Amino acid sequence: MAAEEGKVDPMHQFQIEPMFGSGNWEIAGFNIAFTNSAFWMAITVILLWVFVYGGMKRELVPGRWQMAVESFTGFIDDMLEANVGKEGRKYVPYIFSLFMFILFANLLGLMPIGVLGLHPFTFTSHFTVTGVLAVISFSIVLIVGFWKHGFKFFTLFVPHGTPVPMIPAIALIEFFSFMIRPFSLALRLFVAMMAGHVLLKVLSSFVIGGINAGMGIGVLVSLPSFALMVAISALEILVAGIQAYVFALLTSLYINDAEHLH
Amino acid sequence: MEAEAAKLIGAGLAAIGAGMSAIGVGNVFGSFLESALRNPGAADGQQGRLFIGFAAAELLGLLAFVVAMILIFVA
Repeated sequence: MAAEEGKVDPMHQFQIEPMFGSGNWEIAGFNIAFTNSAFWMAITVILLWVFVYGGMKRELVPGRWQMAVESFTGFIDDMLEANVGKEGRKYVPYIFSLFMFILFANLLGLMPIGVLGLHPFTFTSHFTVTGVLAVISFSIVLIVGFWKHGFKFFTLFVPHGTPVPMIPAIALIEFFSFMIRPFSLALRLFVAMMAGHVLLKVLSSFVIGGINAGMGIGVLVSLPSFALMVAISALEILVAGIQAYVFALLTSLYINDAEHLH
Repeated sequence: MEAEAAKLIGAGLAAIGAGMSAIGVGNVFGSFLESALRNPGAADGQQGRLFIGFAAAELLGLLAFVVAMILIFVA
């Protein structure tokens, strides 16, 4: 990763490279080679499957593993219960998958296995991936809303008790705030992950540059930068959890809008 | 002024937005903590709203970052 002059390109980590089957694998003009992004998605799914499968023994007295899985499902269940009510139960599988997928992806991208020569790839730092997740959430909201309420779903844009002269303005604002939801949902996750990883790589370039510049500057610059890197890594683990939680929370709030209107 | 220099200055100015949203996020958590200490019993029930406020405040800071990235790498 360190190119000439010991410089670290902070954007190199986001590069999507085909792992095998490049070039002529095409559908309708689009390359469908198996990329490192797809590879890490597959790893995430396999790890998630193993994690959940290990906790599905349904013993009466749960062991540690089952307890871990059940605390996650219980957490999502409580969140939907609090935000949507008892109709929220049927969205537990979707929100749980969404939350765990994003959480595992964020955490896997932070794994320090770069020292072994394997470069973790955080696919949630790509707008295409988070965009698709957001569009899935948004289409569930639309489908549920129109399925349950028909054209009454449009009353979502006029909150209760709006004075009649204000209705056009409020409806316009509500419409825009509704349509912007998938973008804000996707943008938040993608930028938060990308910003953190860029920050870590910039700090790592300070460390390398300081060491290359000699003993005095090395101690003066590299050591504080390295300490800051450790602290920021801890912060990034926190952010990985918070962003997954926020994504799931906002999705459940939007589903609440679709279930109950305003 | 050269176009390249103007872009970099603009990207630097976008960092002000990141700092502003830091104030916003601090305000969200600060107010939550202040009122949670006054009424600890009600604090747990408001955690969802806490994170909604956090997400809204944070998004605007992240938008400033996006502006900086667009200025440096795209524009």
